Amino acid sequence: MKKIINDPAAVVTEALYGMAQAHPELRVQHTDPAYIVRADAPIPDRVAIVSGGGSGHEPLHGGFVGPGMLTAACPGPVFTSPTPDQVQAAVAAAHGGAGVLLLVKNYTGDVLNFETAAELIEAEGIDVRTVVIDDDVAVRDSLFTAGRRGVAGTLLVEKIVGAAAEAGADLDTCERLARKVVDSVRSMGLALAPCTVPHSGEPSFVLAEDEIEIGIGIHGEPGRERTRIAPAQDLVRTLLTPVLEDLPFTAGDRVLLFTNSMGGTPLIELYLAHGSAVALLNERGFLVERSLVGPYVTSLEMQGISLTLLRLDDELAELWDAPVSTPALRWGR
Amino acid sequence: MACDGSSMVAAWLGVAEVIRAHRDELVRLDREIGDGDHGENLRRGFDVVAERLAAMDAATPGAVLKSVATTLISTVGGAAGPLFGTALLRAAKALGDRATLDGTAVAEALAASSEGVIARGRAEIGDKTMVDALVPAAKAAESAAQRGDSASGVLAEAARAATRGAHDTVELVARKGRASYLGPRSAGHLDPGARSTELILTSLAASAGSLGEGS
Repeated sequence: MKKIINDPAAVVTEALYGMAQAHPELRVQHTDPAYIVRADAPIPDRVAIVSGGGSGHEPLHGGFVGPGMLTAACPGPVFTSPTPDQVQAAVAAAHGGAGVLLLVKNYTGDVLNFETAAELIEAEGIDVRTVVIDDDVAVRDSLFTAGRRGVAGTLLVEKIVGAAAEAGADLDTCERLARKVVDSVRSMGLALAPCTVPHSGEPSFVLAEDEIEIGIGIHGEPGRERTRIAPAQDLVRTLLTPVLEDLPFTAGDRVLLFTNSMGGTPLIELYLAHGSAVALLNERGFLVERSLVGPYVTSLEMQGISLTLLRLDDELAELWDAPVSTPALRWGR
Repeated sequence: MACDGSSMVAAWLGVAEVIRAHRDELVRLDREIGDGDHGENLRRGFDVVAERLAAMDAATPGAVLKSVATTLISTVGGAAGPLFGTALLRAAKALGDRATLDGTAVAEALAASSEGVIARGRAEIGDKTMVDALVPAAKAAESAAQRGDSASGVLAEAARAATRGAHDTVELVARKGRASYLGPRSAGHLDPGARSTELILTSLAASAGSLGEGS
């Protein structure tokens, strides 16, 4: 393992300290318990949008705290959910009196810790709702698994609901919108090379030179199947086919296409893949009306990509276009 | 020596030691079918448990369990924090204010733990989780208590059943937790949560045995 770290056990704390130095527009509480909140929070009579999860997915979630997106985020240890008291502390810093919406990715640990936190927050008399995000089509949703994972689609939920909260939407509306985005978004990813968690020191799986993992999540875990590397257009088809079949998306749908790097794939390959994906979608009669390309929902230095498709309507497109001002996503103001 | 608050503190200091010693093994087991953080998460939690227990004044066994539970919930994260935390909170509640424990009390605490974990994690036996170690342990404890075994005897039976239960997870295909995403590829691996449950119960049983408590 070769990493720019001091002590493997202090990686998250030290990274949060650095983030605090880089972003005075945020309040970054880096220890006991750790959370990140807009410096101008709590904002009276605005719904607080709070998300969180393990670290190692940067810029998710802390990089998306700011006007037009998240009110606060709570980072857990690398690839490990935050604890209930972290969620509680983030909510306490964010709550402006109009209720709180917790956006949670569907992983057992995240769900259990946010569920416990929501009980504690509710006991304080705060109106709290939870929406669980589960956009990953690589996992078959059935009674026999923990259900689909929440992956890159999380960013789209956070952006759209954050825009609504910024505009003064009430808690019912924010919750409805979050569920609408969850119902309209699907993702799938692949890995060319694994990542190494600092406290583990060893790669999360081992691939031969010509092997790739299809259907990975965002925690360095292996995917659903292992295949051979292929040209980009074939890889893109491998990812988009199950995504399109799942919702299902139908020809003529207006869509947002989000091409995400798992951390270690350079922008040149991302744009190439994005172009391939747009061509395939156009060919099948979809209208790609919005695009996002970049490393936004990562697994440390894992090489690979995920493709996320969101079915748009006027309401979602308008909220997507609304101004946002966060460390990692910024436009329109 | 009775199974009282101070022997409970000693027993959990022993667990913290065992978790530290098995950190790498649990990380490795979790990396095979999960994301490789189980050993590190438990170590982080039990380091704080050891710190707090070392500073703890005399208390009832239930109060000791409650302290361990809240510490694990606020430090471990992942699924293990709320699940082990719930198990111990339910056990603490079952023990109430009792100053010392007999076999029946231990069996009741284990039954409450396994019911709590099933409710919180929505897993059942055969899902390849800690439930596969904990439920047989609770059942074995109940039988041993009915035979009139002492607290240490009941714990010893529970630990043996947990060991068998954990071993049996090797063949299972995971249906809960992160390993479930692997589908059939999860078979052939020991479940890290069942293994840590086995380690904890075995350590508690060893402590109770070495304390030579009331047979």
